[in-house]
Amino acid sequence: MVNGLIFDIKRYAVHDGPGIRTTVFLKGCPLRCWWCHNPEGISQEKSLMFFEYKCMRCKTCAGICPSGAISFENGVHYIDRSRCNNCGLCSEACPTEALRHAGQTITVEELLKEIEKDVLLYDNSGGGVTFSGGEPLMQHEFLEEALVECKKRDIHTALDTSGYAPERIFSSVVDYVDVFLYDLKLADEEEHRKYTGVSNNLIKENLRMLAGRGRGRDVILRFPVIPGITDTQKNVDGLVEFISTLKGINEIDLLPFHDISEKYCRLGIEYKMPVRQAPPQQKLMQIKERFETIGLYVKV
Amino acid sequence: MSDSLGCLAVEKEMQKKRAAVRPMNERIAKLREESVGAEVRISDERARIITEFYKSGIAAGKSIPVQRAMAFKYLMERVSLPVEDGQLIVGLRGTGPQEVPTYPEMCTHSMQDLEILNSRENMPYKVDEKTRELYEKEVIPAWKGATLREIIFDNLPEEWIEAYEAGIWTEFMEQRAPGHTAGGERIFGKGLLEIKEEIRSKIREMEPNDPDYFDKIEELKAMDIAADAMLVYAERYAEKLEKMAEEEKDAERRKELNEMARICRRVPAHAPGTFWEALQHYWFVHVGVVYETNPWDSYNPGRMDQHLYPFYEKDVAEGKLTREKAKELLEAFWIKINNQPAVPKVGVTAEESFTYNDFTKINIGGLKKDGSDGVNEVSYLLLEVLDEIRTLQPNTAVLVSDKNPERFLLKAIKVVGPGFGEPPFFNFDGVIVKMLRQGKKLEDARTAGVSGCVETGAFGKEAYILTGYFNLPKILEITLNNGIDPQSGKKLGLETGEPKNFKTFDELWGAFTKQVKHFMDIKMKGNDIIEALFAKYMPVPFLSLWTDDCVVKARDYNSGGTRYNTQYVQIVGLGTLTYSLTSIKYHVFDKKTISMPELLEALKQNFEDKHEFMRQIILNKTPRYGEDDDYTDEIAKKIVDNIVEMIEAYPPSPVRRASKRAYFLPTTAHVYFGKVTGATPDGRKAGFPVSEGISPVQGSDKKGIAAVFRSVSKCDWDRTGGALLNQKLTPDLLEGEENLRKLAQLIKTFFNMGGHHVQFNVVSVELLREAQKRPKDFQDLMVRVAGYSDYFVNLPKGLQEEIIARTEHKEV
Repeated sequence: MVNGLIFDIKRYAVHDGPGIRTTVFLKGCPLRCWWCHNPEGISQEKSLMFFEYKCMRCKTCAGICPSGAISFENGVHYIDRSRCNNCGLCSEACPTEALRHAGQTITVEELLKEIEKDVLLYDNSGGGVTFSGGEPLMQHEFLEEALVECKKRDIHTALDTSGYAPERIFSSVVDYVDVFLYDLKLADEEEHRKYTGVSNNLIKENLRMLAGRGRGRDVILRFPVIPGITDTQKNVDGLVEFISTLKGINEIDLLPFHDISEKYCRLGIEYKMPVRQAPPQQKLMQIKERFETIGLYVKV
Repeated sequence: MSDSLGCLAVEKEMQKKRAAVRPMNERIAKLREESVGAEVRISDERARIITEFYKSGIAAGKSIPVQRAMAFKYLMERVSLPVEDGQLIVGLRGTGPQEVPTYPEMCTHSMQDLEILNSRENMPYKVDEKTRELYEKEVIPAWKGATLREIIFDNLPEEWIEAYEAGIWTEFMEQRAPGHTAGGERIFGKGLLEIKEEIRSKIREMEPNDPDYFDKIEELKAMDIAADAMLVYAERYAEKLEKMAEEEKDAERRKELNEMARICRRVPAHAPGTFWEALQHYWFVHVGVVYETNPWDSYNPGRMDQHLYPFYEKDVAEGKLTREKAKELLEAFWIKINNQPAVPKVGVTAEESFTYNDFTKINIGGLKKDGSDGVNEVSYLLLEVLDEIRTLQPNTAVLVSDKNPERFLLKAIKVVGPGFGEPPFFNFDGVIVKMLRQGKKLEDARTAGVSGCVETGAFGKEAYILTGYFNLPKILEITLNNGIDPQSGKKLGLETGEPKNFKTFDELWGAFTKQVKHFMDIKMKGNDIIEALFAKYMPVPFLSLWTDDCVVKARDYNSGGTRYNTQYVQIVGLGTLTYSLTSIKYHVFDKKTISMPELLEALKQNFEDKHEFMRQIILNKTPRYGEDDDYTDEIAKKIVDNIVEMIEAYPPSPVRRASKRAYFLPTTAHVYFGKVTGATPDGRKAGFPVSEGISPVQGSDKKGIAAVFRSVSKCDWDRTGGALLNQKLTPDLLEGEENLRKLAQLIKTFFNMGGHHVQFNVVSVELLREAQKRPKDFQDLMVRVAGYSDYFVNLPKGLQEEIIARTEHKEV
């Protein structure tokens, strides 16, 4: 039995696969995408978030922190993240939840109990559970166990993945996943390295492997439309070219960029996105049409 | 999001709402415009005629039922006969659209009441000089000391009055007559001539050895006179329409007017034979019922699609009616209902009544009497009408059964999309279970429905009378003060012990339930007194004509003549109470993070200053009802079980033999109850509204709608008469076919789990805030309040804030 570290469970999730679903967010991600919209899921440890507007300046946190990482100067709340060791005492004591630790340790059994709460909804809608993150495969042992338990209970499973994992690990869960929500970001390896921190070779290989095993029809591709980064003609063409070589895949969802700089502030990490505007509708339509040329069903 | 972008989004949202209003043709558009645009005014006509009747001495020496029937006839012989230009249905309570009569025999408005109504900022009732003069010179002097309201207050015990004044309950019938009755099959299958024949044959078979012989004979006589009253009214309309036809230049309209005159001669004397006749027939009955008294929740045509479908089918088959014409008639009918706002309140409540809505509810869907799927073409037509007309009234109810096709539910959900709060959804299979549990026959259960907000009843066969809202959080406040109401310092409750001495949660719970029982005893005593007074002084022979089995039993609706009789208490504040008790159990007894004296002190100080810290702990570190956590959901269940068992243990009422039951709904009482209740242990500050219906405390349900549904479903609503649940969704959750389908599946699942009702506000917080800033630009913004919708900018500030504070479930 391995414990998992999750940072959220969302019920009545209507965009994470077929039907009505419960989405479990696992912590930890090997990628560092500039636009990441769940930055609290990146670290493999708990992440301390600070919601300034909720803070009532009671200073309880400063008093309780054993490593002196929190201080107040002229009524302003400071966190010295280099000193913080994520002990969690501050967020536990904070009365307003201005301080919150993203990340909760959970056993497979506890998780299944949460998931099973909505089986009636899954049954009535053809839904199930979706594992998302972070990159769920970062906790592949926990993930595998959870997936196996879901399958024992006939719960439909989806895996929302970057595809970035060694093939051995990726293969270990494939048989327990009904639907893959598979991110494709950049076709060019160098660009991929630049904007996500890693090469896209593994990602492409794992996807080829899935298609090769006849699981292409169980894959829904997800393409984050990031202005100036992924939405270029060249990139879309590159992806189209790559996808055309794969058998069985027939759907791609476009995920338009949203500015979430606030979340980065809360986490005290840098937000690298140079633009903050969402892609215009016209752009999305162009991209949609481009993917449609290879027979893909495109959802925006 | 920048300000200008935000503003744009708000404008777009509002535009979308406005675009949803699209009456089918010019006639309907014009009628709707007149109805929506008219100022709400008090009409003095009814008060004048009724006062004149009683002063004349015509009825001296007659029995009370006969006097009342004669008064009704006197009224129907004299009231004006408005015909809105282009209307297809005639009859109106009042002198014109939005002109409301008063009921001085029930309760007489004082000059001050009239002034408040005329000048109040929210939802005024305009009062002209003529009416003021009539009230001052005639009406007020004539009814002084003789109104039923005064008789009721004279007869209620002191302890009842004290609790009432403290805001532990409200009383429905201190100024309105018993309501919550819907028309059943009887209306659509019978004419007054046939009913008069029933009365005659009943009189013939009466035996003087019946101890109630004379009372029954007098009631039957009264019913007969009431029937004549409506026959006169219809005949007067027929004559007026003929005259109008003669003078009409437009040939099309002339033809219509002649047809309308013909219909008024046919119904309500005879049972209707066509779709148009059925609508006109019902409407005459409706107008009669609401002219006779001012019943709570007006009156309603019950299971309208079931009643109308046979007429629709026959007319269409015979080529007499097209789908378009049927829809036009329904839209015209819809506007008739909107033309009749709620009657204005008196006394303090004149300031605190928050709606023009008179709660006529149109039921759509459900099952047929034989248990098969009840959805038919008229069901879809009614949804289309609702979708296009978007008026304040009538309310609707979509009755969802597992036997209904999914397309029906989907179509109804599409109507929710633009966000007017309509229609709400009801678990019809659950309604049947509720009715059967109460001992109703299966056919009567299947022809049952919901009226008012969420109240179930055997339509056309039951007097299910709501007696008042009951303020649970206030009773906790009194418990925590050992029987004293801290707002007044008066001792209203029992001495159940100083809470600081309670060693366990169970001790507190025991004290609380003792207090509830104490107040419930007083409330029930009052209920039985009021019921007896209505039976004696306020018989309703006209309503009795149409409700089974009043004629057969020769007993009035208000004296137990109906087949089933029920008395309801409406419980308010479940969310606030659950959260409060959970907070005490969790922090004081289990975790010991807060001591009882500290908590009591914080409550006393309204969580001000240093106590804010504790308040935040409570708000953020307590298991919350609505988040699918058994720790607190079990407390909610315990409260509901306890209340239901407590109420149902009372013996049937003495006069009507009514069984006693519980509803969980607030209308707007949660705002009033909030005003009179100090800070509560859930972190709610004094004066803020308590939670509404069975919804979680506003803003506390942060785990999404699926969690709310699960939490709520843990209580056994089948043992209640109904329970109201509000949910607020952001508009994007209703965009696109797939989202709508998922919402349909969610609603079905909620009902599979035992939910009774759910309704949705589909509106963004940003739009509501903007509307507060610029009310003039958002006059037509409609939102869901409780079991009804209302214009947002008309609502008092407290209610506006409460609606904004409700949790917004977003797309994830």
